[in-house]
Amino acid sequence: MPENNTVKFGRFVISHPWLVILASILLVVATTYGARFLEIKTDYRVFFAEDNPQLIAFENIQNTYDKADNAMFVITPKEGSVFDRETLKSIHWLTEQAWQIPYTTRVDSITNYQHTWVTPEDEDYMLVGALLCIPDKSSNFDSECEHESVSEQMIDDLSDAEIKRLQDIVLHEPQLVNRVINPDSSVTAVNVTVQLPQDPDLEGLEGKAWKEKKTEILTAVTKVSEHVGKLQSELIERNPNLEVRLTGVVMMNNTFAETGKNDMMTLTPIMLFLVIPLALYFMIRSTSGTVASVIIIIFSIMGALGGAGWLGIAMTAPMFSVPTVVATMAVADSVHLLVTFLQGMRHGMSKQDAMVESIRINMMPIFLTSITTVIGFLTMNFSEVPPLRDMGNTVAVGVTLAFIFSVTFLPAMMMLLPVKVSDKKSKGHHWMDSFADFVVNKRKVLLPVMAVISIAIIAAIPKNELNDEFVKYFDESIDFRVDSDYTAENLTGLYTAFYSIDTKTGSGIHEPEFMAMLKDFVEYAEQQPEVLHVQSYTDVMKRLNKSMNGDREECYALPKPSLDKGCNAVLLEDGEVADLDTLIRELTAQYTLIYETSLPRGMDINNQVNSDKSGTRIQIALENLSSVQVLNLEDRFSQWFEKNAPAMEISGSSPAIMFAHIGQNNIYSMLKGTAWALVLISLLLIFALRSLKLGMLSLIPNIVPMAVAFGIWGLFQGQIGMGLSVVTGMTLGIVVDDTVHFLSKYLRARREKGLDKEAAVKYAFHTVGMALTVTTIVLVLGFLVLGMSHYVMNSHMGILTAITLAVALIIDFLLLPPLLMLGGKKLKDKVAN
Amino acid sequence: MKRILSSLLLAVAAVSMTTTAVAETPEEKGLAIAKEAKARNTGWGDSQADMTMILRDKGGNEAERIVKVKSLEVKGDGDKGLSVFEQPRDVEGTAFLTYSHIEGNDDQWLFLPALKRVKRISSSNKSGPWMGSEFAYEDLSSFEVEKYDYKFLRDDELNGEKMFVVEMVPTYNNSGYSKTIAWIDQEHYRVHRIEFFDQKNDKLKELNMSEFKQYLDKYWRAHRQEMENVQTGKSTTIIWKDYEFNVGLTEDDFNKSSLKRAR
Repeated sequence: MPENNTVKFGRFVISHPWLVILASILLVVATTYGARFLEIKTDYRVFFAEDNPQLIAFENIQNTYDKADNAMFVITPKEGSVFDRETLKSIHWLTEQAWQIPYTTRVDSITNYQHTWVTPEDEDYMLVGALLCIPDKSSNFDSECEHESVSEQMIDDLSDAEIKRLQDIVLHEPQLVNRVINPDSSVTAVNVTVQLPQDPDLEGLEGKAWKEKKTEILTAVTKVSEHVGKLQSELIERNPNLEVRLTGVVMMNNTFAETGKNDMMTLTPIMLFLVIPLALYFMIRSTSGTVASVIIIIFSIMGALGGAGWLGIAMTAPMFSVPTVVATMAVADSVHLLVTFLQGMRHGMSKQDAMVESIRINMMPIFLTSITTVIGFLTMNFSEVPPLRDMGNTVAVGVTLAFIFSVTFLPAMMMLLPVKVSDKKSKGHHWMDSFADFVVNKRKVLLPVMAVISIAIIAAIPKNELNDEFVKYFDESIDFRVDSDYTAENLTGLYTAFYSIDTKTGSGIHEPEFMAMLKDFVEYAEQQPEVLHVQSYTDVMKRLNKSMNGDREECYALPKPSLDKGCNAVLLEDGEVADLDTLIRELTAQYTLIYETSLPRGMDINNQVNSDKSGTRIQIALENLSSVQVLNLEDRFSQWFEKNAPAMEISGSSPAIMFAHIGQNNIYSMLKGTAWALVLISLLLIFALRSLKLGMLSLIPNIVPMAVAFGIWGLFQGQIGMGLSVVTGMTLGIVVDDTVHFLSKYLRARREKGLDKEAAVKYAFHTVGMALTVTTIVLVLGFLVLGMSHYVMNSHMGILTAITLAVALIIDFLLLPPLLMLGGKKLKDKVAN
Repeated sequence: MKRILSSLLLAVAAVSMTTTAVAETPEEKGLAIAKEAKARNTGWGDSQADMTMILRDKGGNEAERIVKVKSLEVKGDGDKGLSVFEQPRDVEGTAFLTYSHIEGNDDQWLFLPALKRVKRISSSNKSGPWMGSEFAYEDLSSFEVEKYDYKFLRDDELNGEKMFVVEMVPTYNNSGYSKTIAWIDQEHYRVHRIEFFDQKNDKLKELNMSEFKQYLDKYWRAHRQEMENVQTGKSTTIIWKDYEFNVGLTEDDFNKSSLKRAR
C-alpha cells in the first residue's frame, strides 16, 4: 500500500476513533446551534428578491392605495339562496365578527355594501348606507341604522318585497357581481382585508421593541388564519346550512408554511427510517454500516439546517425539502466507502487495513463527485428566487458535511462497531457481466436506436409550458387548493391584476376625458375571455351620478355622457358654456367629495382612489390562468394603454403577475447557471480524466439525460414551474458522478491494463456497473419520496429529478459505451499516448 | 361673568379633588376632568380659522386640502360648523354645514357649486374618514361631556408637562372606536394626545396636538394636529391659521341658504 497523504489520513482516523468521533460531534453541535436563528417565513413575497421589478411595482401600488392582502370566506347555502333571511343573518354576523380578526382594516360583504340612493320624498337628500339599512333608512330619515347595529329581528322583519329589492340592488351593482356574489345568488363571499406587519416595519426599532416586532411579523399569518378558521367553524355551527370555504392571500401564505412543515414531519421520517436504512442494508448487508450511515446522514441534515441558520437563511417552502435531498445525496458517499471496505474484509483483510484501503481508493472519487454535486446545487444561486438559492446553498452545505463525515466519522465509527461479513457473493455481478456482453455485441444497433429514441423524446420538450400558478403549488389534498378552485369556478378569481393609472395632476381622475378612457378600458378588459370581474371607480361614479339626479335610471352613466340624457342639466342651463369640461370635472370632483363624506370606517374609497385624486386603481379578477396566459393578457393591456392612454403613468402588478414573470425569468437564469456549471464541470472532468476528448464526450451523457427527462415531462405533464427550473443544475452534479465513475474505470482499463475498447467497456461495467445501479436506485427512491410532497413545487422537483437520474443511468449504460467504442482509432491513439 | 366664575369654581374644585380625593373612584375622577375641560372651553361664542390638511400615504405621497372653518357655540347641544373648501381646486366653494347633536344623528348639508344645489346627507355614520384623511368625522366634531364614559387611569408626564391620562368609552351610536385614551394637561386641561383603539381593542391611531395658543385670555387652541394611523402607516397633519374669535357670526350664518353664499 503506497504511503501517500490519503493513507496517512486514513491511518490517523482509524487509530484515533474516539477523537474523530468527538471532533465530528463538536462540529455537528456547533453548526446545529445555528438552527436557533431559523425562522419560518410565511409571506409569499419571500419568493421575490427585494429588487424584483414586479414586486417593487406591487409594493408601490399597495402603499399608494390600500393593501390588498386578504382572507376570503366563501359561503354557499346548501339549500336556498344567499338572500334567505337565515343566510343574510349569518353573513351579517360574519361581517361584524370579521372585524375581530387581527390586523383587519376592511371587511367587504353584500350586507355592508354601501349603497347610495334618494327617496321620492326628497330628491336632495342623499342617503348612504349599508345594504341591510336601506329599508330602515328609506322609511325613516332620522334612522341611525349602520351595519353594526342591524339586529337579527330587523332581518326577520324584512318583507319578501324588501328582500327582493335588496337582491335587485346587489345584482345590479357591478362592484359586487362576480366579486362577492355570483349572478345566481348561490355563492357569496366575505372579504377581509388585513394589513400584516412586515419586515420594513422593523426600521428604526432596537432591542426589545425590535424583537417583539419581529415575533409579531413571524406569527401574524398564523394568528390571522387561526382566527379565520375559528370563525369558519363558529359560522357553520350557527348555521349548518352553510358551506364555508377559505381562500385569499393570507390563507395561501399560511398554506405555504403548513404544507412545508407537514412535508418535513412526514417525508423526512419516511426517508430516514424506512427508505434509507432498507436501501443501505440491501446494498451493503451490514447492520453496523447501516446504523453508522444513518447517523452521518442525520448529522449532515442537522448541520445543513444549522448552517442555514448561521447564514441567516429563513425556512421557506422549498427549504423543507432539504432534509430529503441531503439524505439522498449523503447515502452515495457512505455506500462507496462501505462497499469497498466490506469487500476488503471479505477478501481477508483486517478491519483496519480494509478501511484504510477503502479510504485510499474512494477519497478522490467521493471528493470529485461531492464537488460536482456542490457545484450543481450552487448553480441555484443563478435563480431569481431567493428560497431556491437558499435551498441550493443549504444542500451544498449538507453535501459538504456528508463528505467530511463519510471520510472521518464513518470509518471511526466502523472501527468501534462489530462488523460481520457474509460470504455470500452477490449475483449482481454476473448479471452485470452478461449485460456488458449484450451492450458490446449490440453496439451497432444500440447507438442508432438510443440516438433516435433520445431525439424523439427530446423533440417533446416544446410541449412543456412555463407555468407558475400559485394555487397549483399545492396538490388537491390541500384545502386551500380545493377551496380556491371552487371559488374560481363559482364566484371570482384569486388571480388578480392591479393597475394604477396616474394622471400626475391633482383631481386628474375627474377629467371627463380620463373617466371616458377609464370606462373604455373597463369595457376592453371585460371583453377579454380571461377576465371575470373588473372593479373600477367608474362604477362608483355612475351610481353617484344617478343618485345625484334623483335616482333616474337613465342617469346611471358617467357625468359627461349623461348630459345627453338630460342629467346634470344645470350645467347647460346658461346655454353654451366655454369650458364645459372644466365644469364637468368640478362636478365629478364634488360628487366624489360628497360620497367620501358619507362612508363609514373601513368602507372608504382609498382602495380605489389615491389621496390627491390624481390616480385610481383598477382591480381585475382573472380565471385560473397559466403564467403564459397572464403574461399574454398583461401584454394586451399594456398595448391598450400605450395606444389609448399614452400620457398616463401606468403601473400594473399583482401576485399573479409577479409569479408569471419570475417563472419565466427564473428559467432563463437557471439555464444560464446550468451552462456555466457544465463548462466548469467539463473542465474539471478534462482535468481529472486527463483527456480532452473524453471530457468533451462526457458532455453527451451529462446533457442528454436532462433533455430526455424534460421531454418525458412534456409528454406526460407539461407544466414547468419555478421548482423545476432548478432541476437541471441540481441533477447535473449527480449525473456527472455516474459519468465520472464509468469513464474513470474505462480509462484505467485502457491506460493501466492496456485493454482494447470492448474489453475496457466490459471492465467498467464489471467494476462500477452494480454500484451505479444501486446508488441510482437509492437516489431515485429518495427523490420519489420528495415526489410525495403535497407541495407541488417540491414534488415535481422530486419526480423530475428521479426521472433525470434514471435516464442518466440508462444513457450511461446504453448510449455512452457504444459511443466510446465508436470507430475512433484517433481516440485510442490519443488515450494510448 | 357668571359662567367664568362658575367654571373657576369648578376648576378649583377639580384641582382640589385631584389632590385630596380619597374616596373618589377612577370613573368619578375621569368625569370630573372631562367636565372641567369642557367648562374651560365653554363660552367662546363663535370663531373662524383656516385649516390646512396634509394627507400622507404609506408611500410618502402628499395631498393638501385647505378649508375655512366657522364655528358657533350652541348651549346645551353640539356646536354648529360650516366648512368651506378652498383647495383642491375642483371642490373650491363646496361648503359643508353640520349641526352636531349630543344624541342622535348630526344634521349635515353639502353645497355643491357645480350643481348649484344643497344636498342633505344622511350621517348616521360617524366613523368614516373625513375627506379621505385619517381623521374620522367623530374626531372633529365638538366635544360634549355626555358622549363618553370616563375612567381616570394615571398621572403622567408628556413634553415636560404633568398630565391626566383618561380613558374614554364612546356612548353614542356608530362610533368606530372601542375606546380612546387622552392625555390632558393638569394646568390648563388641554388635550395633548389621544390614542384611538379599534373594535378589536388594537391601537388604531394616535393624535398629537401642539403649538397651543390662548385666545380671549382663556381658550386654548392647538395649531398643529398630527394623526397617525399605526395600522396602515398613513398620516394626516392639520395646521390651523388665523384663528379669530367673536367675529360676529350668528345662527343666520349657519343655515341652508347661507351655504350658497358661504364662499
